[in-house]
Amino acid sequence: MSPAKTRVPAVEGWFTIDDAPHLVGSRCTTCGTRFFPRRDIACADPSCAGREFEDVALARTGKVWSYTENRYQPPPPYMSPDPFVPYVIAAVELDDDKIVVLGQVVAGVGVDDLKVGMPMELTVDTLFEDDEAEHLVWKWQPAGASK
Amino acid sequence: MSGGRDSEVAVLGVGMHPWGKWGRNFVEYGLAAAGDALTDAGVTWDDIEFVSGADTIRNGYPGFISGATFAQALGWRGTPIASCYAACASGAQALEIARMRILAGMCDVALVVGADTTPKGFFAPVGGDRPDDPDWLRFRLLGATNPTYFALYARRRMELFGATVDDFARVKVKNARHGLANPNARYRKEVTLEEVAASPVVADPLRLLDICATSDGGAAIVLSSVDYAKSHGAADAVRVAAISTVTPSYPNTLIDMPMFSTDPANVAAPPPLSFRDSIAAAAYDQAGLGPDDVNVAEVYDLSSALELDWYENIGLCKEGEAERLLNDGDTTIGGRVPVNPSGGLASFGEAIPAQAIAQVCELTWQLRGQAGDRQVEGARVGITVNQGLFGHGSSVIVRK
Repeated sequence: MSPAKTRVPAVEGWFTIDDAPHLVGSRCTTCGTRFFPRRDIACADPSCAGREFEDVALARTGKVWSYTENRYQPPPPYMSPDPFVPYVIAAVELDDDKIVVLGQVVAGVGVDDLKVGMPMELTVDTLFEDDEAEHLVWKWQPAGASK
Repeated sequence: MSGGRDSEVAVLGVGMHPWGKWGRNFVEYGLAAAGDALTDAGVTWDDIEFVSGADTIRNGYPGFISGATFAQALGWRGTPIASCYAACASGAQALEIARMRILAGMCDVALVVGADTTPKGFFAPVGGDRPDDPDWLRFRLLGATNPTYFALYARRRMELFGATVDDFARVKVKNARHGLANPNARYRKEVTLEEVAASPVVADPLRLLDICATSDGGAAIVLSSVDYAKSHGAADAVRVAAISTVTPSYPNTLIDMPMFSTDPANVAAPPPLSFRDSIAAAAYDQAGLGPDDVNVAEVYDLSSALELDWYENIGLCKEGEAERLLNDGDTTIGGRVPVNPSGGLASFGEAIPAQAIAQVCELTWQLRGQAGDRQVEGARVGITVNQGLFGHGSSVIVRK
């Protein structure tokens, strides 16, 4: 048996990998609006002159806005398993934050299991593995699915 | 901003190189289209006072400086040029740059050219490791292809408005039939509902025949001042009444390619019009016209389902009524307001920098009554609409 691989986020600083993972957003310190992905240059609201942000934990739950299943292998830089495995993608509107965020849906949940408006929650799962590490990404799963 | 008839320019000539998967240098297609447009306009290369190129990002340096590339291909004559990139909206921006040059009195006759040679399969991001680029990251982190986004919109139509996959397939069937008579279309073959349903699912609920291909092609337009057209014996030339190149208004709450997320909708109030609605609205405003004036439309059917969204976005019907419009035959040639008489992207496939120019070529032929077997009878006003990723709106209104 090979030792457990290091678990590393596939992108730095976008989400946490603790037991209750959440997306990391930016809160504009001037107007209070929270954004995802993080911003560090200027507030997106044209009526706000804010230039400073602080990291915030965004809502872990939301409602399905729409969903699809990709049946064709995407080109790189997607790190596709061989053979290719289809995957479901959901657009989920975060509760409270009202930001629609895309994410893959965990394996085992198909398009027939999803519905617009259905409650979902964030989890962290493997995106791909290489010799050194297991690369992690945020994914969506139906709310209450985790133990 | 007010426009009106004082700010019109004339479409003096149009030309296209047939769409296909020819695998040759994009400059060849652009040059062929430009040659046809010059002939159609009854002018020669030495009459052209300005060249506006729509760029392609998949053909190396010559693609990034397309204005100069086409000027050189035609033979350097010292002509001033501009080159621009706005993804799928590049062609409309190239037209707008030429129109502005003419309206500013800086030139009388301009040539607008866009052409592309495309790789096989899905559009992939530009190469290299670029974790700061959302277009790279969406492939890396999500495997979110362009059809992923088309499918999200399509599924939402199904759940909100009761659209069916058969409705989507009927868009393809209609456009394939329209494209049969178009010598510039890549696919000139009838498609049946059964054939759509038998094609493999690419991104559920969309199948291969619901999604536009990527193509090679080229399109060109000679634009001139109205006075020049009059002195050139073309007083009745089709006029460009409006070009809209709007970007979204904050907060943009519809997820756009290639983004991971929308703007937040919980602090600032969403704008009165969605981004897609605002694209044609700006063009109508500029032209002093409305949806009721439109006789024919060329809309960007990246997917069959997306064509239905556009019916609503350009005001042909209310939200949720597009399926009825389609199924009543209103948008078929012979119907109230035919959409994509050219055959649309369904019959062409997408040659990005040429596509928005090609839409205007088609409407020009329609308004002149030169569209042959796909002619929309009595068309006097036409609108194009299109959207390029990263927030590029594009809509052109032409009138007789």
